[in-house]
Amino acid sequence: MEEQLSAIFARFRGTAGEVIPLLQKTQEELGFLPEEAMRRIGDFAGVPFSKVYGVATFYTMFRFTPVGKYHVCVCRGTACHVRGADQILEHVERELGISENETTGDGEFSLETVACIGCCALAPCITVNSDVHGRLTSKKASQVLKKARGAALKEEEDGK
Amino acid sequence: MGNKGRKTIIVCQGTGCVSSGATPTYKALEEGIRKAGLTDIQMKLTGCHGFCQRGPIVIIEPDGVFYSGVQEKNCEEIVESHLKNGQPVEGLFYKDPATGQPIATYGEIPFYANQERIVLARCGHINPEVIEDSIDSGIYRAAPRVFWEMPPAAVIEEIKKAGLRGRGGAGFPTGVKWGFCANVEADQKYIICNADEGDPGAFMDRSILEATPHQVLEGMIIAGYAIGATKGYIYARAEYPLAIKRLGIAIEQAREKGFLGRRVFGSEFDFDITIFQGAGAFVCGEETALIGSIEGGRGMPRTRPPFPAVKGLWGRPTVINNVKTLATVPEIINRGAEWFAGIGTEKSPGTAVFALTGKVANCGLIEVPMGTPLRKIIFDIGGGIVDGGRFKAVQTGGPSGGCLPEEFLDTPVDFENLAKAGSIMGSGGMVVMDESTCMVDLARYFLDFTQKESCGKCVPCRMGTKHMLEILEDICEGRGEPDDLSKLMELADAIKEGSLCGLGQTAPNPVITTMKYFRHEYEAHVHEKRCPALKCKAMLQYHVNQDACKLCGTCKKNCPADAIRGDKKKKIPFEIDVDKCIRCGMCHTVCPVGAVVKTSPGIVNDHEEAAEAAN
Ligand SMILES: Cc1cc2nc3c(=O)[nH]c(=O)nc-3n(C[C@H](O)[C@H](O)[C@H](O)COP(=O)(O)O)c2cc1C
Ligand code: FES
Repeated sequence: MEEQLSAIFARFRGTAGEVIPLLQKTQEELGFLPEEAMRRIGDFAGVPFSKVYGVATFYTMFRFTPVGKYHVCVCRGTACHVRGADQILEHVERELGISENETTGDGEFSLETVACIGCCALAPCITVNSDVHGRLTSKKASQVLKKARGAALKEEEDGK
Repeated sequence: MGNKGRKTIIVCQGTGCVSSGATPTYKALEEGIRKAGLTDIQMKLTGCHGFCQRGPIVIIEPDGVFYSGVQEKNCEEIVESHLKNGQPVEGLFYKDPATGQPIATYGEIPFYANQERIVLARCGHINPEVIEDSIDSGIYRAAPRVFWEMPPAAVIEEIKKAGLRGRGGAGFPTGVKWGFCANVEADQKYIICNADEGDPGAFMDRSILEATPHQVLEGMIIAGYAIGATKGYIYARAEYPLAIKRLGIAIEQAREKGFLGRRVFGSEFDFDITIFQGAGAFVCGEETALIGSIEGGRGMPRTRPPFPAVKGLWGRPTVINNVKTLATVPEIINRGAEWFAGIGTEKSPGTAVFALTGKVANCGLIEVPMGTPLRKIIFDIGGGIVDGGRFKAVQTGGPSGGCLPEEFLDTPVDFENLAKAGSIMGSGGMVVMDESTCMVDLARYFLDFTQKESCGKCVPCRMGTKHMLEILEDICEGRGEPDDLSKLMELADAIKEGSLCGLGQTAPNPVITTMKYFRHEYEAHVHEKRCPALKCKAMLQYHVNQDACKLCGTCKKNCPADAIRGDKKKKIPFEIDVDKCIRCGMCHTVCPVGAVVKTSPGIVNDHEEAAEAAN
């Protein structure tokens, strides 16, 4: 982590105004924000840890635990809501056996909801990592997850 | 654009089309053209065309032939038939949902024909990642003119004369705002482009940034010059990676051309732009919270006055404008204030951009003159309600707005009229609802959103929204009490009165309007414990209509709660055990013959499930 942080800090000046971009870059690099990283950011930007933590907890994008290899986000925007997003969410929860903001035991999948993906014309939508899947039905959602799972298995096999 | 006769193939690379498979489509077309040895054909990637629902969209210019839903497998036919032999592929034309008639060119498709595009004029026609394309299309024509021909005060005067009002929601006159800021003496001023687009269910700003980023940059340059700001920020929503990427490319290119940086366009004026990525907080769309966020803190609103135009970012005078406001500015300079003022209505000149979504047949991004009646937007452009459903309500303004029923369909859409009806113009979200949307559940949905997004600084908003949400949850779950409705109204008034910022002041709007126009639905929930729209789970029951059932067993196979009895082979009728049923709706969705019926006790109605019907 130390090396990664140093590499990130090298691109900043170390001012209080940079706390949010620093947190973003750190999360991008590490996948989440460990406490130690936030302390280091505080030292670097000259801001108390409590303030860094306060900022990080204010914004929904920041996470304090690692996410799964496949990060599934179910959109709960208005357009998706009126086209049945809650049914999709329940279905995905059942399929993965986890609730919102949880990660499967094998670390493969984590599940979150988001306010809007910006793909409202294709509602209801979910994203898996950075891919958007629109016009979902329960059945299509299952296929999307199955495909991700298949890809995961394949990678494992290839790795061996 | 381009030499005549030479064909250009436009493939939309907006987020919507990409998720529908536009990337493989592009590759297949490219490959097909190469294989066919066609040399006089140019391929072009563009941003969003607006008709996201029909994606991936491919347009062949100069013919203007519009292909929708073009998958990889269709590409060979396009190359063979249209490009090689000049025979357009009729099977891929858009078909009028009403008549089933194929329509060849996009100019004839009602979705486009009924629009008037100023802000979106170039969306889908230029490659957002190639600055020359933007320049050829007329972007960066206004900025140099301003530097050489118009003193800052004249620019402000022009915008005032045009009557341009902010497109971020409140509709404050842009020229007036610029004037305030220009009049303050300061060592440094800022212009901020508000690209936070917090309304969940709207994507106007995103599409504009993805499709024509240079148009927004030009608007910022002109605004900066007018108010005397040498630094600009774009506060972009973190959930919009593609928009951020394209903006980054655009800024780089503009710097290389000398349109940004020192002495822009060879003038005396320095101006540069930085992208600030938001981190996911709805309240940061509010201008003072947005400033707090750029400064590196929690995005909490501040009391106004002082207004940002006087004391904003880092305590310096700052103008904050929405993406669409800024994207309109160059066109006003190019074509003149009179031209702009002549479009739309007297008090709301110009056009309105909407993200038309929900239960309407043609979802997408549209632009119409202010004052266009809702009916024209929803039925002529939007193609009416999906699957022959019935219109129930339209929601504008997102969590700050309201729901309007059928009686407002002929209301001309502008700032005043929507406010009078109890909604707001908002930033452009327009969600259409049919009879399967429960208005109480929708109010609950919005309160759930605002309650979570309340920053917690002031008590009326923090506690009030929570209290309202709890009442609405009770009502939706069948625990509503008769005096809940009056309690909701009291709370709504208190929150509106007492909240610090626009988030709280407008949070009760969805509840107030649904209670005003759909009170019978609240009453059915509270007094009869039934949900007329068949949406609130706690009040639903599923059963199998034995007359329609074909004994296929699909429901039983798919039931996650093992709540269905019956046997296909032994011909034992299928029945749903209401005690075991978790009301997930799976059987209703999967039944191939529609034999699973959803009811809310007291009524029997085999209402079609929405999400499924939409497909
Ligand atoms: C809770 C809240 C959220 C807002 N969200 C946005 C937003 O996402 N985009 C936006 O442009 N304006 C938003 N606004 C309005 C801004 O405060 C501000 O009025 C606007 O950006 C000014 O630009 P304009 O004059 O061009 O409309 C929001 C206001 C409130 C109270
Ligand atoms: S509402 Fe789901 S993508 Fe916008």
